[in-house]
Amino acid sequence: MSSRRPAAWHVATVVDSRPETPTARRIELDVPTWPGNDAGSHLDVRLTAPDGYQATRSYSIASAGDGTHVVLAVDELPDGEVSPFLVHDLRAGDQLELHGPLGAFFVWSPPAPGDIPPPVQLIAGGSGVVPLYAMAAAHAASSDAAEFRLLYSVRTPEDVFFREELTALAAGTPALPVDFVYTRRAPAGWPAAPARITGDLLDAATLPAASEPLVYVCGPTPFVEVVAGWLIDAGHEPGNVRTERFGGS
Amino acid sequence: MEKLDGNVLAGHLADVLGWDATGADARCMHCGKHGAVALAVVYASAMGTVARCAHCDSVLAVFVDGDHGRTWFGMPGIAALEMTR
Amino acid sequence: MSFITRGFSGRRGDRDPHLPPGQTLVHDWPVLSAGPTPHIETADWEFVVRTENGARTWSWEELRALGIEDITTDIHCVTHWTKLQMPWRGVSLDRIWESVETEHEYVMAHSYGGYTTNVPLEDLLDGKSWIAFEADGEPLDPEHGGPARLLVPHLYFWKSAKWIQGLVTMPTDEPGFWEQNGYHLHGDPWQEERYW
Repeated sequence: MSSRRPAAWHVATVVDSRPETPTARRIELDVPTWPGNDAGSHLDVRLTAPDGYQATRSYSIASAGDGTHVVLAVDELPDGEVSPFLVHDLRAGDQLELHGPLGAFFVWSPPAPGDIPPPVQLIAGGSGVVPLYAMAAAHAASSDAAEFRLLYSVRTPEDVFFREELTALAAGTPALPVDFVYTRRAPAGWPAAPARITGDLLDAATLPAASEPLVYVCGPTPFVEVVAGWLIDAGHEPGNVRTERFGGS
Repeated sequence: MEKLDGNVLAGHLADVLGWDATGADARCMHCGKHGAVALAVVYASAMGTVARCAHCDSVLAVFVDGDHGRTWFGMPGIAALEMTR
Repeated sequence: MSFITRGFSGRRGDRDPHLPPGQTLVHDWPVLSAGPTPHIETADWEFVVRTENGARTWSWEELRALGIEDITTDIHCVTHWTKLQMPWRGVSLDRIWESVETEHEYVMAHSYGGYTTNVPLEDLLDGKSWIAFEADGEPLDPEHGGPARLLVPHLYFWKSAKWIQGLVTMPTDEPGFWEQNGYHLHGDPWQEERYW
């Protein structure tokens, strides 16, 4: 109820739109009435056709903090109704109707002064990296000293979202350890053959349950459910594991 | 046809309640278990969005977006929703 | 406040003068559900008709023994898609109703998994509905309502209850699941009876 950033309907103008991966586009929006958003938030985009038909879909926000510049990274779903339009037809200068910021549960904010923040493990499947990238970037921009790690499962090196930004975060101070799992094709010289994530790999690449991290898992539903199951099996408290399921596989 | 979680209800709930209730604690009328709305199992299709209890599968809430901007909201399975003042 | 989004035209697909108003022709078969898909073995499957006079149950074999027909029909989903001339196989409700006596004029269809939808009895009889086992030449997949679903093709397809378990007659028309949540009690695609 007492939300610093209440959800509302906004009109956004597309400032820039460029390829992010072979199937995804990074879209930068100017939203004059935007109250800012926490990292991990999403917004709903509502499209209206000339006959009045409307389609609404949720997209995670890659940007966080105060300000009226909002960044999305939209992956095209093959049978989608909204994502193909956003990826192929949207142009700079177009206007979009947005509802947001949304997401009171799957968000991360820097700790208040005096709080002892827990370490944070981010686990991304495909385009599920978008809200987790927002969290990692918000963490780096804050003075929060908690340990952050990212485990990112992706099909091929070309499908990596925010590659440059993640590389910079990995080289930053403090550094963000980023572990990639390539499931279809790995980069040349990669020490492991492409394969889906396993429980053993998860254990090896993530903060242990004993550190009592907050864990955020985001991606397609089957990915999230399998990973969340392994986390609970490994001893993480269910209350420490936050999940967000995306449509698509 | 998507099986998702209660995070996707945020927009609809904000339209109905005026605030994002996905972090709010909700009690299932059928089995009595409670948890954040975000933990509900959500079946979303063009027919509508059906939120079910993660423990017993009972229907908690339904949103239907009809034509001409009409929307229906039912909460047949939520006994009570905690609001943070 | 909504404004038309430049370049967005909504539903794709062909428009065809044989379609009811507001429908678009599709060639795939979308799956829309309100909950988890039940998985029922035919050995455990039963079909029940309950009236004010009692109940009658058929097993999988007993129901099929009433006589399976080939049906070729159009189906119309309220979410605007239509499939034309789809082949189905099933048992006509007329065969089933030969063993049923009721004064009631309405029926609630009940599905495994809890789904319900209401249909007037006159929309089920006289060659208008079936308990269907096959579509497109194959046994019905669970995600499309297998092992058996109600088939009432002259009404919007949410009335063709998937995973049909039984029919309960009613003296008055009471709303089933989607009807409680905004959808029309009757659902005639030619009258565009989509919502309340």
